Amino acid sequence: MTALPDRVEKKLGLVIDLDTCVGCHACVVACKGWNDQGYGAPLSDQDPYGAAPSGTFLNRVHSYEITPPDAPAQIVHFPKSCLHCDDAPCVTVCPTGASYKRREDGIVLVNESACIGCGLCAWACPYGAREMDADAGVMKKCTLCVDRIYNETLPEEDRQPACVRTCPAGARHFGDLSDPGSEVSQLVAARGGLDLMPEMGTKPVNAYLPPRPKADAAPEFDVLAPFLEPVAEDAGGFLGWLDRTLSKMPG
Amino acid sequence: MHPAPSLILFTTLSGLGFGLLAFLCLGLPDARGLTAVLWFGAGFALAGGGLLASTAHLGNPQRAWRAFTQWQTSWLSREAWLSVMALAAAGGVALGRVFFDLPMTGLGPVATGLALATVASTAMIYAQLKTVPRWNHWTTPALFLSMALAGGALLAGQMTVAPVLLLLAGAVQLLAWRTGDGRFAARGHGLASATRLEGGRVRSFAPPHTGSNYLLREMVHQVGRRHARKLRSLALIFGFLAPALLCLTAHPLALVLAVLSHAGGAMAGRWLFFAEAEHVVGLYYGYHEAGAR
Repeated sequence: MTALPDRVEKKLGLVIDLDTCVGCHACVVACKGWNDQGYGAPLSDQDPYGAAPSGTFLNRVHSYEITPPDAPAQIVHFPKSCLHCDDAPCVTVCPTGASYKRREDGIVLVNESACIGCGLCAWACPYGAREMDADAGVMKKCTLCVDRIYNETLPEEDRQPACVRTCPAGARHFGDLSDPGSEVSQLVAARGGLDLMPEMGTKPVNAYLPPRPKADAAPEFDVLAPFLEPVAEDAGGFLGWLDRTLSKMPG
Repeated sequence: MHPAPSLILFTTLSGLGFGLLAFLCLGLPDARGLTAVLWFGAGFALAGGGLLASTAHLGNPQRAWRAFTQWQTSWLSREAWLSVMALAAAGGVALGRVFFDLPMTGLGPVATGLALATVASTAMIYAQLKTVPRWNHWTTPALFLSMALAGGALLAGQMTVAPVLLLLAGAVQLLAWRTGDGRFAARGHGLASATRLEGGRVRSFAPPHTGSNYLLREMVHQVGRRHARKLRSLALIFGFLAPALLCLTAHPLALVLAVLSHAGGAMAGRWLFFAEAEHVVGLYYGYHEAGAR
């Protein structure tokens, strides 16, 4: 059904730390790798080794530059995937019932065997979280690795989304954001976690931890400068003579 | 947004077709027998042809029947139901008028109402999207309905009301452009709200991928904006002003020219409807920000 559940028992989601993310794209690769082999149609690529490669991804990392008025510019890497919104506009626009939000954990999923590939859910999403697979003709989106997090055949430490499991910087956190005592909720409370595009009224579950202020940043300096200093100030011999002679020359 | 030919054909042709059926079912003109076959045939061909064209943009059209299931929540599903109900009711009116010489005054207004409701539901698919501020406004259903009424009156040969409806639709189109141009910025969408980054000027430094992707192809269409102003003038002249003037001459050939001119102008206008619509996802890629690319 494309009606949203009147309430959800849990709000499983991600908390992404923009202060910690180093922009390595390991989460992008892990996501593509995992979602190529299990749940639903594999994420296809078109012209992968040609001149204009293009493909379906459920997670992408943007990079933004913040230029403060009185300090050096700063780069912020910005991973973006489905935010599993409480008021998911992608669900209610679906004409076939393929798009749905689960009552038990709040995950937004697509039943691919009912998807006609009209693309309206991708239009309704403000975040660009949904991509139509050009090969299968169905809508793909982050499943929060629903085939990992409940999978008892996996070791317990692997029962989290592939992007979270792989992140070498520990910038991605997974948990229940409806439970104020959960680790993710406490992170959001401690670091002032933010919703993306709050004016859209989508009430995203995923939260973003803003970069910490760089108040104690060291003054800008050039790490290579010491190596470029002249090493021999009192050169003798032929080079010394050459230096003195050239210095005397006019112009 | 990407101006898909299938969607432009679908929305203009089915709008014209349902507009024509709306007039025919009210007995305007009062066609019976073989004449009714021609009038209703044209209406069904346009409306049905448009609906068929719309399935061309589906990834899996063989499952299109499933679009009838979610009428309680989805405008696309409501459109599917309304279009079938409108075609069935208009079919009933056509049968009565063609074979039994009956005016069908009972079913006629119902069919007219359903035909206009179909056009309104098509418009609501676009108007409901908060992600496209240009569309997310009452002018979108007003535009689709006034276009269907104007085109329908023209096709139905209603030479007295057609010029009035054409000028009215032109005015709505002008209003939709004038109010739509600043709505994206007026609603406060920007890279600041999209990323919530602060502490200085924020700009997109690098996109997540070197090539293109579905999001950019589908929702960050940029081609042709340079010519938007010229196209707007052409759409206004050929879509509304020229056919309205041609109607006044009341010459049969002028009517044919008026229909062709209106259809061409309407398609140019509908192309702009998609091509000029800015989706908020473009912000993440550095587009649509005031002063950005």
